Amino acid sequence: MNMYLQPEYEVVRKEEKCTHCRLCEKQCANEVHSFDPKTGRMVADDAKCVNCHRCVCVCPTHALKIVKSDDVYKLNANWKMQTMNEVYKQADSGGVLLSSMGNPNPQISFWDKMLLNASQVTNPPIDPLREPMETQVYLGKRTVEIQRDENGKLKDTLFPQLKCKVPVMFSAMSYGSISYNAHESLARAAEELGTYYNTGEGGLHKDFYKYGKNTIVQVASGRFGVFKDYLENAAAIEIKMGQGAKPGIGGHLPGSKISSDVAETRMIPEGVDAISPAPHHDIYSIEDLRQLVFSLKEATSYKKPIIVKIAAVHNVAAIASGVARSGADIIAIDGYCGGTGAAPTRIRDNVGIPIELALAAVDQRLREEGIRDEISIVASGSIRSSADVVKAVALGADACYIGTAALLAMGCHLCRACQQGKCNWGIATQRPELVKRLDPNTAYKRLVNLVVAWEHEIQEMMGGMGINSIEALRGNRLMLRGIGLSDTELKVLGIRYAGE
Amino acid sequence: MLQREGQFRNPSGCAVAGVIDRSGQNMSGEAIIEAISVMHERSNGLGGGFAGYGIYPHYKEFYAFHMFYDSISAQEEAEKFIKRHFEIVYYSEIQTRKLPSIQNEPLIYRYFLAPLPQKLANSHLDEREYVARCVNRINAQIEGAYVFSCGKNMGIFKGVGYPEDIGRFYRLEEYEGYAWTSHGRYPTNTPGWWGGAHPFGLLDFSVVHNGEISSYDANRRYIEMFGYKCTLQTDTEVICYIIDYLVRKKGLTLDETSHIIAASFWDTIAEKEEKAREQETLLRRMFPSLLITGPFSIILGYTGGLMALNDRLKLRSMICAEKGSRAYISSEESAIRKIEPDPDRVWSPVGGEPVVFELYDGEGVRNK
Repeated sequence: MNMYLQPEYEVVRKEEKCTHCRLCEKQCANEVHSFDPKTGRMVADDAKCVNCHRCVCVCPTHALKIVKSDDVYKLNANWKMQTMNEVYKQADSGGVLLSSMGNPNPQISFWDKMLLNASQVTNPPIDPLREPMETQVYLGKRTVEIQRDENGKLKDTLFPQLKCKVPVMFSAMSYGSISYNAHESLARAAEELGTYYNTGEGGLHKDFYKYGKNTIVQVASGRFGVFKDYLENAAAIEIKMGQGAKPGIGGHLPGSKISSDVAETRMIPEGVDAISPAPHHDIYSIEDLRQLVFSLKEATSYKKPIIVKIAAVHNVAAIASGVARSGADIIAIDGYCGGTGAAPTRIRDNVGIPIELALAAVDQRLREEGIRDEISIVASGSIRSSADVVKAVALGADACYIGTAALLAMGCHLCRACQQGKCNWGIATQRPELVKRLDPNTAYKRLVNLVVAWEHEIQEMMGGMGINSIEALRGNRLMLRGIGLSDTELKVLGIRYAGE
Repeated sequence: MLQREGQFRNPSGCAVAGVIDRSGQNMSGEAIIEAISVMHERSNGLGGGFAGYGIYPHYKEFYAFHMFYDSISAQEEAEKFIKRHFEIVYYSEIQTRKLPSIQNEPLIYRYFLAPLPQKLANSHLDEREYVARCVNRINAQIEGAYVFSCGKNMGIFKGVGYPEDIGRFYRLEEYEGYAWTSHGRYPTNTPGWWGGAHPFGLLDFSVVHNGEISSYDANRRYIEMFGYKCTLQTDTEVICYIIDYLVRKKGLTLDETSHIIAASFWDTIAEKEEKAREQETLLRRMFPSLLITGPFSIILGYTGGLMALNDRLKLRSMICAEKGSRAYISSEESAIRKIEPDPDRVWSPVGGEPVVFELYDGEGVRNK
């Protein structure tokens, strides 16, 4: 124990409501709760609590709540409590600080500073309850040569595309970082929704090959689990160059989460940390990327679109231009607020740029260069609601990836302790007794519900704008106005100020 | 100060009308003026215009440029440019009639032009592309000069005023053509600039449009990748460029073009017979960003024909009629009845389904 660190949260138990059923004790993998036979009361060790809210949710008498501790250091605007605690931790351990999920610090959310349009008088809003309202998109290249057969019929000269019934896909979360049941839930939801889930860099469990039509497989710098069947089974292949939560470094999976099943799927030893290399060691430059893109296309007979996922960094527009010319079909751009199962805190909180600005810059650059049809854009890294999706599409995205929102739908409470592998919700853990808490039958349905609900909301917002196909919203920046933004921010976003 | 057309997005409501004699028989501009005048209430006096096809039979080999000039100096500069790129076969001021209702007209000139052969050869461009680029440069770079019509054997006449007054101002009763379209404008701003009136034309394409498209910026940002510059920020301009791109540059038919810009819903496509399903799916997958949403009814004029097209929900009125070799298109049936009280057939085209009327002999017809 580090004597300098005080609990951040306190477990508050209403004694008059507590029946000593000890369910909280059984449910807490962090061993916060225990029964004190001497006093006949339940006690809690606040220091162990990660505030995942599992006990609060399961308590049959609603006797529990978790509150932020009001214990404070002498107030200091420059040296905040969090900052001081991190120094204490590092002085104690000598280690790199590790965090999970997206950057929790106060950020400018540009989504919240963009407002949508609606039709009034001069053209009619369209009612999605009474009229068709299309959310289906095809992702991939749209560069075409018009060719006709002898009867004058147009030939299909398009490269393979991904058909999404909604412009929302589940982003890369590996088996290992999340559980078998979480993966099954995502796969089944993607199948029912007509969209895709993404294996992340952890390989594909053999049980899930049957969801191949809705599966995007990842090829990352560690090449975990990559082999012929894996590639052939997928609807698309994603080359992971970077991730918004940790640009410039590879994936981290602590050994504690590498069970025998995870090890087999990843093709690595059990219980050993899986730290992917920072770069792909066969990609030191853009021409190398092109070679990997075409190697994967060759390996799969040019039948599958290739996605290149990059973290949003400073010169993202130029990088995207290179990627668009690399033969890749889709570029996924991950913003700096994106989630992760484990990342060095300093990198997560300080490296990269917001997805809104990156997306706007990339879409504009590709259009200026006349190569927007070469590649579809998928935006991710803190897409929190259907409104964020609509704004992303209006800025220029073809579709969005959601990760955190999907985990929340399955029960995650964003306690940000994934790297510890003790997820009480059965999501970010490999412990069988915890994994079984997540029932795929329920979780998959909740994922479906979430995306269906978002789809309805997307349709409502589109209808208000008088747009009845998501394709007519893509890059339609006149539908956005900024509020509380500087001239520079408006310029980068390519939108006007409200009232203009 | 109010901004000029092109400096802001200017949506407007409108009236459109068109007539074609498919046997190629000529009609004076009188009938189309009469037709559009019935729909006076659909305009607000801030824009009216006409396009006539087959009106310059003696100069049909030459590009007829109609120009607005704000000043003599703009004219001089534009003419210098024109002379550098074209042989001027004939030019004169366009004859107009002074009317109290038409004020502040610019200088209005007409030129019949042939591209300079050496210049054209050096450009490595197709002749029509050469002309289109020259027009683009005049409009974008020479302040106070504006090319508002540049096709062969056709002409656009437009200005600020009610359309019937604009028609009389240009003395259209003195012109004879096999097809005419017209437009009365109800803009929601008051630019008062003649170049902002409609039809909008590029080469022999002319577009009149009623509606306000919700896909505007998606369409604009896409089409601008291919060398077009939407300087007027109007729906009509972007629609005209889209049609030019798909038909002239990509070689698609008008029917295929319609299935891109007013595509059937995916659900509808799924129910079609196999060939149509395949082709329409393919077109939507190839050009999704050229889908136009929101209300529109357009009449496209081109050498040898007229095409009427409504948005896929049919959010704007549009009626077609036939009488013998004559075919009519209008926002309101009243305009057709005014000039043809007893049509053989009157119908309201389904949203998204193009109606094409072309000369019977097919002379000069680009697409079937």
